[in-house]
Amino acid sequence: MQIDQQMPEWYRARYNQLRDQALLAESGARPTFTPIEMTESSVLHRETIPGGWYWSTLLPRGQALRLINTSGNNGVSVGLWNADDLSERYNAGDTIKLQWTTCLTTGRVLFSDMGRVLTSIIGDSCGFSDTLAGGSTPQSNARNFGNEGLRNTRNNLRLIAGKHGMAQHDVTSCITFFSHISTQADGSFRWIDGDIRAGDHVDLRAEMNLLVAVSNCPHPLAPEKSFAPGPIEAVRWQAPAIKPDDLCRTFCEEARRGFENTDPLFV
Amino acid sequence: MPEYDISKVFSTITLDQVVAARVPWSGVVRKGQVLRIIDLESQQAVDALFYNAHAYHERYSAQDTLVNQGAAYIGKGGRLFSNEGNVLMTVVEDTCGRHDTLAGACSCESNTVRFGHETKYMHACRENFLLEVEKYGMSKRDIVNNVNFFMNVPIMQNGELVIDDGLSAPGGFVDLRAEMDTLVVVSNCPQVNNPCNGFTPTPIRVVIGDPVSI
Ligand SMILES: [Zn+2]
Repeated sequence: MQIDQQMPEWYRARYNQLRDQALLAESGARPTFTPIEMTESSVLHRETIPGGWYWSTLLPRGQALRLINTSGNNGVSVGLWNADDLSERYNAGDTIKLQWTTCLTTGRVLFSDMGRVLTSIIGDSCGFSDTLAGGSTPQSNARNFGNEGLRNTRNNLRLIAGKHGMAQHDVTSCITFFSHISTQADGSFRWIDGDIRAGDHVDLRAEMNLLVAVSNCPHPLAPEKSFAPGPIEAVRWQAPAIKPDDLCRTFCEEARRGFENTDPLFV
Repeated sequence: MPEYDISKVFSTITLDQVVAARVPWSGVVRKGQVLRIIDLESQQAVDALFYNAHAYHERYSAQDTLVNQGAAYIGKGGRLFSNEGNVLMTVVEDTCGRHDTLAGACSCESNTVRFGHETKYMHACRENFLLEVEKYGMSKRDIVNNVNFFMNVPIMQNGELVIDDGLSAPGGFVDLRAEMDTLVVVSNCPQVNNPCNGFTPTPIRVVIGDPVSI
């Protein structure tokens, strides 16, 4: 069969089938799987990141990063690069398009620009993140707090990139956890209040060797009137061996194919 | 319906070119000039990147654009922001209503994930972008999430997202006024695996000119 020489009707039928299957995975009952717990003996490193500041770590394949929202901040932004080839990086557009959803929580994965899985979201007690509007910038701080000189995610990520030999053009899209944004029918974003709690955490398991950048700044659409993010905690830990029923690897066909693109890097 | 007759819109025309289906195009739009992109046959996705023509490290940023306008789509009056928080271009006329800036460009690699490994060897927008930006000394690292003119990507409140049939009619167009000298790089999307082109890529027309003063 020549996949590039079919009639439009053939492509449409195929697209509809892929769409229906993907939307069913999202709306249907989640498959049973073994929850992945962080144990104290698996902890490799702990770090407290002050409000407004940044931190980065190398996260080898198989290790996980737990971000604990100790202070109940509205947002913690994350940027991701393949540590073995820094030109490969997080791609927000592909991540939402490939999984047919902007709702990135437990069970979902984050994609690079090369059709590979950077990280699996193996735990998320909050359940809300945003990768459409991105992190704060000098302009958003000027608008929200009347002061463009406050610390912001754009510059935090640029500082991390710069310290790893990268440049401005290596800082593109990020994902902000602990942020509940809803998209209205007309496309406008609405911040949903009341869902961010102190003590919530998200667990990201590295599916390739990663450079992870963390910026502890509030989401630019969050409602706070003064800039006062509290400290958060980052914990690097050894994730257990992957089980056959691993949620992120079995949740949808798209993620499964993403892992088929990723795993050959490590055989 | 906004005016289609370009002779009534432009006082001088510096470029008027048909871009065939599936191929890239690039050009500089000087500050104050207008770029009109015309969807000649309807439902054609036009993937576009924007760079400060004098300093390519300043370029279109989807996340800056979305957060600054507080909304997921671009329509008339929409401003395309750079990664430095400056406006590159403003949408001054638009027959379509809204354009996507979330879903990014298709690539051979993402096609394998979205549509199956058998689609790996099909031409894709990021191949177009890469060959085009290399003409300006740029590389893969300079390719960021782009605007998809005429592409329809509805998002539900629960986050569900699909690529739906395009809404643009034959001859539909978007007018972009440059707020700084802007390098525009276009991939006339070759994708046939989703409805962004009605499964049939078709040519577009690009016109650059000085607008008639009002
Ligand atoms: Zn494309």
